[in-house]
Amino acid sequence: MAYEKDIDHFIKGDGLDSEREQTIGQHIGYRYDVNLVPDYDRLTPFLKAYIETMGWEDLNWLEDVHMGYEESRPAVFDRNINGWVTVPEDMDLPDNQQDRDMIARELLIKFQMSSRHPMVGLRKAYAKF
Amino acid sequence: MAELDRTHESHELGMHTEQLSGRTQQAFFSAEESDNLVYPWASKVDFARSGEIDAATLDQKQVNLEIRRLMSEGYGTITVKNPGAKHSLGVGILNRLHLHFDGSLGYFGCGLLDGPNVTVSGRVGWSCAENMMAGTLVVEKNAGSTFGAAIRGGDLVCKGDVGSRTGIDQKGGTIIVGGRTGAFSGFMMQRGRMVVLGDAGKNLGDSMYDGTIYVGGKIEDLGVDAVEGEMTDLDCQWLTRKLGQYGLEAPNGVENMTKIVSGKQLWNYDNLESTEKKLVL
Repeated sequence: MAYEKDIDHFIKGDGLDSEREQTIGQHIGYRYDVNLVPDYDRLTPFLKAYIETMGWEDLNWLEDVHMGYEESRPAVFDRNINGWVTVPEDMDLPDNQQDRDMIARELLIKFQMSSRHPMVGLRKAYAKF
Repeated sequence: MAELDRTHESHELGMHTEQLSGRTQQAFFSAEESDNLVYPWASKVDFARSGEIDAATLDQKQVNLEIRRLMSEGYGTITVKNPGAKHSLGVGILNRLHLHFDGSLGYFGCGLLDGPNVTVSGRVGWSCAENMMAGTLVVEKNAGSTFGAAIRGGDLVCKGDVGSRTGIDQKGGTIIVGGRTGAFSGFMMQRGRMVVLGDAGKNLGDSMYDGTIYVGGKIEDLGVDAVEGEMTDLDCQWLTRKLGQYGLEAPNGVENMTKIVSGKQLWNYDNLESTEKKLVL
């Protein structure tokens, strides 16, 4: 894929590269490499604390979390709300995907575990037990 | 998605005001978001506090309610004795927890897990760990069909053999099979990783959209759009570390495993669909 050569491909443009994508007005496929396995040398202290708290030996489900790009902005997909959550505009992004993925994982945990996450309200309204 | 350009044919089709992806949420991170490491509603448990449930005279709902009660009282390590292959045990646990089943589980055991570390000393029936979100689940013996159906995250391990359609509709996470896996394993896989140390049955990875399957033994045949990929150093490092966590080893070394990925010839389906619907309307 062409964007592998430029890590900011989806920030600089809309990702509509092929003729087919131009026709349907939508990028085909993921906007990041879903098969990229994490480099554990780049774990952040927050993620180490999270792993220890959960009693795991590695990133577990976070191995599938990557920094993606939505509406030409860096974002993380939150499966609990089935939507993209946008990374703060003033955050400087590292120049490699591995470090970007670690930032995405940390931000996602902070968002999911906060009391302002949409799941908190949904749970209050609909939880059965 | 970026604003559509008027030069795109899609604009002429009248799609210029439609949000095609339908997934954008106006949610933004805050740098001071939260320092919580667990869900706000999770029970505060201590792994050092142990509790025990004898399931011999309880039905599955009573067992599951007992697990919740012990968690709410702060027990972080729970052992269920005599599970008796009852169905739907240990489901819907969204908490950090060490949970051990001393025996076998029936159908749909440990579905919808989000966080706990579960071990099963016996076997499990169909659809174990369906829709698992996070955590670990280790089965010491064999598993039935549709093991890890629609799993989205976490590590799901069966040290023995498993039935057919393992990881059907897998959307993330890692499934590890210590022995053989049956036909149609990895069917409609969308992402995540499946590791099979033994042989794989017919139609492996049929219609897989993405994700990776590693096989240590023989593959009977590949399904539609499943193709062999190239093993990288990162793959080998990841496999060595992950298998080591569960005391497993590739019979011929991880570097000699076969890597199966999507040929990505089916990628256009969902994109075509929205166009077709619009044209019909």
